[in-house]
Formats: sequence, C-alpha cells, structure tokens
Amino acid sequence: MENLTKTPILSLKELSVSYTPGKYAVNKVSANIYEGLITSVMGPSGCGKSTLIRAINRMHELYPDIRISGSIELRGQDLLQINPSEVRRMAGMVFQRPNPFPTMSIYDNVLAGYKLIGIKQSRQEKDELVETSLKSVGLWDEVKDSLSKRGSFLSGGQQQRLCIARALALKPDILLMDEPTSALDPIATNLIEELLVKLKKEVTIVIVTHNMSQAARISDYSMFMYLGELVEYDKTEIMFTNPSDKRTEEYLTGKFG
Amino acid sequence: MSDKIFKSFLLVSALMLLLIFAGIFFSLSKGAIPAFREFGFFGFIFSGEWNSRTGAEEYGALAFISGTLLTSVLALVFCLPFSLPVSFFVGEYYRGKKIAAVLGGIVDLLAGIPSIVYGLWGFYALRPLIQSLGLSEQGFGMLTSSLVLAIMIIPYASSLSAEFIRMVPQELKEGAYSLGATRAEVIRNIILPGSFSGIFSAYILALGRAIGETMAVTMLIGNTNRIPHGLMDTGNTMASIIANQFGEADGLKLSSLIAIGLLLFLITAIVNFLGRLMIKRYSI
Amino acid sequence: MSSLKYRLFKNKLLSLSVIVLSALTAVPLVLIIGKVFLQGWRQINWDFFTETTPSTLDALLAINNNQPIPGGIANGIVGTLMMVLIASAIAIPIGVMSGIYLSENRKTRFSSVVRFLTDLLQGTPSIILGIIAYLWVVIPLKSYSALAGSVALAIMMLPLIVRSTEETMNLLPVSLKEAGLALGSPYSSVVLKVLLPSAFGGVFTGILLSISRVIGETAPLMLTALGATAIQWDVSKPASAVSLLIWEFYNDPNLQSMIWSASLFLLLLVLSLNILAKQLAKKWRI
Repeated sequence: MENLTKTPILSLKELSVSYTPGKYAVNKVSANIYEGLITSVMGPSGCGKSTLIRAINRMHELYPDIRISGSIELRGQDLLQINPSEVRRMAGMVFQRPNPFPTMSIYDNVLAGYKLIGIKQSRQEKDELVETSLKSVGLWDEVKDSLSKRGSFLSGGQQQRLCIARALALKPDILLMDEPTSALDPIATNLIEELLVKLKKEVTIVIVTHNMSQAARISDYSMFMYLGELVEYDKTEIMFTNPSDKRTEEYLTGKFG
Repeated sequence: MSDKIFKSFLLVSALMLLLIFAGIFFSLSKGAIPAFREFGFFGFIFSGEWNSRTGAEEYGALAFISGTLLTSVLALVFCLPFSLPVSFFVGEYYRGKKIAAVLGGIVDLLAGIPSIVYGLWGFYALRPLIQSLGLSEQGFGMLTSSLVLAIMIIPYASSLSAEFIRMVPQELKEGAYSLGATRAEVIRNIILPGSFSGIFSAYILALGRAIGETMAVTMLIGNTNRIPHGLMDTGNTMASIIANQFGEADGLKLSSLIAIGLLLFLITAIVNFLGRLMIKRYSI
Repeated sequence: MSSLKYRLFKNKLLSLSVIVLSALTAVPLVLIIGKVFLQGWRQINWDFFTETTPSTLDALLAINNNQPIPGGIANGIVGTLMMVLIASAIAIPIGVMSGIYLSENRKTRFSSVVRFLTDLLQGTPSIILGIIAYLWVVIPLKSYSALAGSVALAIMMLPLIVRSTEETMNLLPVSLKEAGLALGSPYSSVVLKVLLPSAFGGVFTGILLSISRVIGETAPLMLTALGATAIQWDVSKPASAVSLLIWEFYNDPNLQSMIWSASLFLLLLVLSLNILAKQLAKKWRI
C-alpha cells in the first residue's frame, strides 16, 4: 500500500439507526471515512453494515418506521439536515443486484440521474457525459454501438458496470456500494474489483462486503461491525494481520460468519 | 367410485363451460338470422333506422352501437381522474398500510351496489342536478348515463391497476431514489412506464364492463332510438334497447333485438379478449 | 434547470392531488347509500317482509287517504330466494367440479381453452344471458318462469365459482394429494375428502361472492322470470324478485315510496354478503 494521506471526507458521529424503539440496528457508530480511498464494511449477517451505508444516502427514509440519530458530515455539512434528494447526488449508490432501468436505453440509463429530475442538457453535453462515464467503467468499447438499445442483453457484470457508470455520471463525492459483486460470477467480480481500485482516486468508495478476501484485496481501510456496533476500524493491512479486538479475529478466522 | 368415472365427471363439467359458451354464440346467431337475412349483415349494423310501422319495419343497430360506444368511452374518460389516483394511493403511496385497505374496501363496495340502485340514484339525485345546471331539460342522456357508468367502473379500473403498480420491483424504485429523484419523479419515470401496459389492460377490461351495463343506463339514457350526436342527446345502448323492447317484441323485431344481443356479445368478448391478452403478455 | 424547490413543490402537489381525488371517490358511495337509507328505512316494518306487493289501485287509495301504502315485498323475497337457491344448485356442482378439473389438468390445451372461455363468460353482459335463458327455457316451456331466471343467474355464477375453486386448489401443496394417494385412497376420495375440504375456504367465499353478484341482478330476470304479484313456489311459472319489484315500483307512479325500502333491503343484503365474503377470506387467509 502506498503512503496514504488521510483527509476525512465523511464523518459519522454517534450514528444510530433503529427499526423498532430500543432495538438498534446501528448503535452509536463514529468513524471518519478518508478521501480517495476504499473503505470496506464487513461483518456477519445482520450486523448492520447495509443499514449503515443506507443511512448515509438516506435510503431509510423510504421506509418511515425507521429512526435515526447522530450526524453524518460530508465536508462539514450534516447530511441528515439537508434534503434527501440533494444528499443522494453527493453520495451515489450501487446495489447488490444490478438494476438498470428496463424501459430506458443504455444511453438514457447513464444519464438517468439527470433525466429523472428534469435537468436539460445539450446533445453534446449528454454525448460527452455518456462517453466519459462508460469509459471510466470500461464499458464504452463494449456498448458504444448499442447505446440506443435497452440494457437487458448485457451480462450481469456489464449491467453492474452500467449501474456504476450511472452513479458516477452525477459526479458524486462518495460511492456507496452494497455488496455489489455478490450476484456476479468470479470473472465479472474481478473486473469490477480492478475497476474500483482505479476509480478510488476520483471518488471515495465505501463498500459493504460479506467476502473477506474481497475486502483484503481491494480496501485500504476496513470496518468490522457486529450486532450494530463498530467493533474495529483500521487500515486493512493491520486489521487482517493484527486485529485488536477478539471478535474481529474470530470473524476473520472464520469462527463465525 | 372408480377413478375413471370420477375423472369423466370432472371433464364433463369443464366441457359444459365450453358448451355453454358455444351454445350462447350458436343460439344468438340462430335467433339473429332472420334479421340479418332481411337487412343484410352489414346493412343491419350500419343502419340507424328503428321503425316498427307495420308492413314497413326497418331495424338497424347503428344507433345503439353508437350509444354504447359513446357512453362507455365517456365513462372511461370520466372515471380516469379518480380511479388512477386511487390505484396510486393503494398501490404506491399507502401501500400495505391500513388506510389503503380501508379505501380499497370502500371502492370495492361501489362494485357491489346493484345496477338498478345506481339507476335510481342517477334518476332521483343526479338528474335533477343536471336539470338545475341547465344542461338539459329532462336530465336524461349520454352525459348523465356516462357519469353514473363512470362511478360504476371505478372499482374495476382501480383495483387491477393497483396490482400492476405494486408489481414494479422495489429495486428499480430504489435505484431511482438513489439518484436523487423525488417520489413524483419516480412515479413518472419508473412506475408509470413500468406498469403502463398492465394499467392499460385494466382500463380495457373496465371498458368491457361499461359496454355491457344495462339497468343504470336504461334508466338514464332517455330511450330514444336515434344516433346520438351530442353529449346531451338521448338515445339507447345495445343493452338498453334490449331491456326496453324485448318483452313485447316478436317476429322481425325480436330477431333484430337478438341480433343486437349477438353484436353486444361479440364486442364484449373481443374487448375482454384484448384486455386479457395484454395482461398475459405483460406478465411474461 | 429544475430547482430543488420546484421539484419538491411538484412532488407535494402530486401527493396532495392523489389523496384528494382518492378521497372523493368515497363520496358517491356515501351519497348513494345515504339516499337509499334515508328514504327507505321508514317504510320497513314487519309487514314489509310478510306481505305481498299492493296493487296499484290499493296504493292509490292509500295515498288519497293519506295512509301508508299497505303491503310489502314478500313475493319478491321468496322469488329471489327460490331462484338463487336453484341457480346455486346448478352452478355450484358444475363450477366446483370444473374448477377441480382445471386445477388438476393445469397445462393442457383444453384447459387453457376452457379457462379462456370462462373468462369471456364472466365478461358477458347479464342481459345477454337473459336472452339466452329466454331462448333455452322460456320458449320451450312456453312460459316465463322462475326456472328460466335461475338458469340465467346460474350461468352468471359459474365463472366466479370456477375461478375461485381453481385458484384455491392451485394453492394446495402437492404433498397433500400425494399423501392421500399414497394411502391407497381412490382419486375421487382424495379430491372430495382431502383436497376439497382443505380448499373449502376459498371455494365458499367464491360461492358467496357469486351469490352477492346475482342477487341484485334485474335485467336478465326481466326477460325470464317476468314477475309475479303473489308468493308462489312453482318454478315453471313466472316469479317475482326483489330487484324486479324495484323496477316495477319505479315504473308505477303510485308505488314510488316503496322503491327505497325495497332498495335498502336489496342493498343491505348484497353489501353484507360482500363484506361477509371478504371478511371470511381474510380470516381464512386466502
């Protein structure tokens, strides 16, 4: 790992999320996410890792029974205090199962973030944005002749890269990824992992993964969560070779999953 | 009893459905032949005459086909601004919540009210309103019937549409929200396009329901036998002319009424067929 | 460029419109039930259920003497009851058996055709079925009759019963049938004694719903049962029905006040059957 200059871009302060009063899915998590790096969030099922990143882009507000407290600061601005629509343009998300919009062409899918909210762009602006975004995910050469087709003929891996391009087209500060390769085959997974390592210079990446080796391969920093708590957060290298907390060690050595 | 006998009982029952349907088509056709022979198949359909003068009877279906089409299409237009919001209320905004079940239940009750009660309400409550608004002297006509028809088909249109709206995958909606879209934008760009053919077929089926409606229309349409030209014109639909004149008809007139029945049967069958075909295609 | 404020405003506007327009759809229900109730409840008394309809002359005399119109709708109640019973007796066996057949033979070409035609049958206007019953029963018997009315109603009930039976049977786990057959029971016993009882909830609610659908029908009965002024139990003769009586009252200037009481009765009957069927469906988790 190269020498990492750590500039915090996202600050989680005592973040708690609960579905039912008293039961916390995420319990007082505090941590700084550093710019230009890949941070992985690991832990067994139900530990709160998905809930954590979905709280960052306010996805939990789609399900009104959820309660949240604490603060999430992006470059000093508390994301919990501004309109969710704005938050989501600063923090993009890629989901576990690729979800390109079936009624739109590949071209329109990349631009969906603009189209959906009615932003008008010139043909030239649109063309450039599509090309740049698709190139940055390595999809341009594969689809440049089929931009007007719907994306259903693409493979799972290609569809997921399309979704990444779609999120990147909005030029977010952070890219939140919720187990983005768990539905893909190993080759596609590999392609995307390589892609993420290249992308981190442009956009800070926070990736939830249940695949420890993936975290070890690509992330610079790792979080380990258990039962809603942030048990350990450190440089990946350190955490995997010399974890401080016993629970981290047990998880990493496969004593529980 | 032996398996074979029982299984044949089951088969015969299913066969009866087939036979009943075929029988309906056959009996209607048979009864309609005298009329078609007298006036010609297309001659009958496109004639706007309905005249029982003895010795020079002339009957045609056009006035009633137009009446049916006009009232049914109008009913669809009138019901849309209410049934569509209801389907979004139940299928998207308050999906799964108690209030959606309550609204769904209320709208369902609308479907349970007998046609004749709708006719009575239309006659005693709606008609005076139309009269007092100065729209029509007697208060009967295409507009009045279409309004009541619209209320009658709201439940059919909205409950099926709500199902298709519910079927839009959550992950597509989340994908749109994650890009910063508001709910309205998600509805417009993701949900509507995604459920459109289903919603369209729901309205086709609702149209089929409106086409066949009898009592309410009979009581409100004014019972005149001419081709309607305007919203406030009186007239008759295929269903209402049968209801009005079947009892005392015989000979050529009876055959003509049966011919109209055949046409009504075919039209509703085709509309229903198209609607269900779309649903099947969409679900696959 | 659409500003955030404007987009949020549009969003709010849409949700408000949806709520308001949805709430407005409840208005006709309230208006209709309200009107029927308010105008009808006064006329309902014991006689209403036990006396037959008054003649128009009797009614005229009563009106002129400022007295309440004598009589009730007993002939209609009996007629409706009789015809619904006969219609059920025809439609339930055929409908349930067909539903079982379709469920047991899901993928055959024949089944698809039957299913398709059943759907079309469901969409057939009731007046057409009235014509059919006229052609099939009234003409051969040379008389209007309760039987003819029952036939029309039975055809109307069939598609609903077939479909609900089939759908409920489809939900039963295959293991149920296999367990029965594995015990060596004949197929008929497995179906009738194992599958059908398990499917009972769905089948029963389907029957209730189809009954609630036909009880309020008027048009087909106009062409078949015609109507009767006295209570009579002979199925080969014309019969009255509550819905037919409402139509008669509507057409008779002297019997106007009875319109609403009869309608109230019919409405309550239909709606309670409807609600009952839905509550049962919920309770039995169909």
